[in-house]
Amino acid sequence: MVEEKIKVPFDVEQIRRQFPTLSQQVYGKDLIYLDNGATSQKPQVVIDAIAKYYSEDNSNIHRGVHHLSQVATEQYENARSTIQRYINAPLLEEVLFTAGTTAGINMIAFSFGETLKEGDEIIISAMEHHSNIVPWQMLCERKKCILKIIPINQKGELKMDVFESFLSEKTKLVSVTHISNTLGTINPIKEIIDQSHQVGAKVIIDGAQSIQHMKIDVQELDCDFFIFSGHKVFGPTGVGIVYGKKEILDTLPPYQGGGDMIAKVTFEKTTYNVLPHKFEAGTPNISGGICLGTAFEFLAEQDLNAIAKHEHHLAKFAEEEILKIEGARIIGTAQNKTSVVSFVIDGLHPFDIGTLLDKQGIAVRTGHHCTQPLMDFFEIPGTIRASFAFYNTMEEVEIFIKALKRSVGMLR
Amino acid sequence: MTLEEKQIEIVEEFEVYDDWMDKYEYIIELGKELPIISEENKTEDKLIEGCQSRVWLHSEVKDGKMQFSADSDAIITKGIIGLLIRVMNNESPETIATANLHFIADIGLQEHLSPTRANGLASMVQRLKMSALKAI
Ligand SMILES: Cc1ncc(COP(=O)(O)O)c(C=O)c1O
Repeated sequence: MVEEKIKVPFDVEQIRRQFPTLSQQVYGKDLIYLDNGATSQKPQVVIDAIAKYYSEDNSNIHRGVHHLSQVATEQYENARSTIQRYINAPLLEEVLFTAGTTAGINMIAFSFGETLKEGDEIIISAMEHHSNIVPWQMLCERKKCILKIIPINQKGELKMDVFESFLSEKTKLVSVTHISNTLGTINPIKEIIDQSHQVGAKVIIDGAQSIQHMKIDVQELDCDFFIFSGHKVFGPTGVGIVYGKKEILDTLPPYQGGGDMIAKVTFEKTTYNVLPHKFEAGTPNISGGICLGTAFEFLAEQDLNAIAKHEHHLAKFAEEEILKIEGARIIGTAQNKTSVVSFVIDGLHPFDIGTLLDKQGIAVRTGHHCTQPLMDFFEIPGTIRASFAFYNTMEEVEIFIKALKRSVGMLR
Repeated sequence: MTLEEKQIEIVEEFEVYDDWMDKYEYIIELGKELPIISEENKTEDKLIEGCQSRVWLHSEVKDGKMQFSADSDAIITKGIIGLLIRVMNNESPETIATANLHFIADIGLQEHLSPTRANGLASMVQRLKMSALKAI
């Protein structure tokens, strides 16, 4: 039974007050933070939790008989169980702490990769972040596996018919992003998961861009792995989660060797610890893990439906206004899309626009967003990306548009 | 005018702007004015690949003085290049190799020269100095 918490009614001003970084000026202008796809700001409760951990509870976990070690261990394991409840993972030991999405994908690429043999096939998509491309290329080189890329259409949607044609008994793994960080496309992952399972392939979902925007239920999705970073979901940097089905994790060899991950070490033979410790070698990011738990407690109190509406509203308004600028083009026009607005303006370099927006207090991201193959597909050097979060306001979007128009005027 | 005098001149030009946007307006104008590097010099070996913007740099020595021409696909980068070239052109290789380019920081643009800025400018300055060293 997942217990339904009482949600706080959505009030953007009340939310903003909880994020101290937002109320500052840069270059003498109120900061408008529209780079949430890169990382989110942190609520005061998370900041306080970090300070509390280091001022009161700091100790190494899973090792000491002493009081502090037990306090820290308990908090760390409580965080694990908060996250387990939030994503509705069946078992606590299926929730593994890692350093982030990149670390998580590399871990699975290595450990799962050990079970693959020459000629096995792995499917990813054309809109993946480099962190969901390069580990698979490395694995394919190591194990002589074949990497297949699901193509996209001009709107930035996966060509599902091509994906289906890729599936065969040779397919061992499918690793796709839930939401594209560059295009905002929400991929039909339920369909991908179900179809992959029909040929016996396992599915990894890169949830780096979805966990902060929508309710994730790993049982409903039935994905084999769900991976995300803490820092994009209001938590600290340097910590992330790999959810993996126990029946699969149990069959995989460990990734890194060291303390915590062993049952018994002798020079003749070492046996490995049980889950989750088998995949958590060494002293982890203890404060990060604990405070990621705090971030999820915070998130669990929010009304995600109201937030989704608010974010959608902001992005839609931004898109409409951007398109009024001569030569503007939105990159990523999928039917099903989150609050990411990537665009280019004919004849103008994204870097110039980003620099001028910055001087007006507006933080956006410019460049290829770690998705170079995607830029090649659209034949552009990069985009300007505004990515919205629930603490952004309509007024901020209006200021952003005004600043954008001013920048374009200066550059033309 | 010595290299140092040229730097001081630029710093003074920028002193009239107290607003960031005015500063950038000026840099953009400089960028638009910069004589573009001739196409034959826009070759791969003259390309400095930044993560975001790209820079081409051509250098030669005429009568013992260095001559530079450059281009970038981003206009702000190009404007800053224009300033750098104004300071460095017609100087001896020795002067350039040992130049302390403080004017960029003085006018508040040092962020553009940071290697993490990924606009190719930091590498460009390095390459400018290397070409001067080679010419000594
Ligand atoms: C879709 C996606 N996958 C993976 C990553 C990598 O996340 P991290 O850098 O936190 O490991 C990101 C972050 O930008 C992302 O947006």
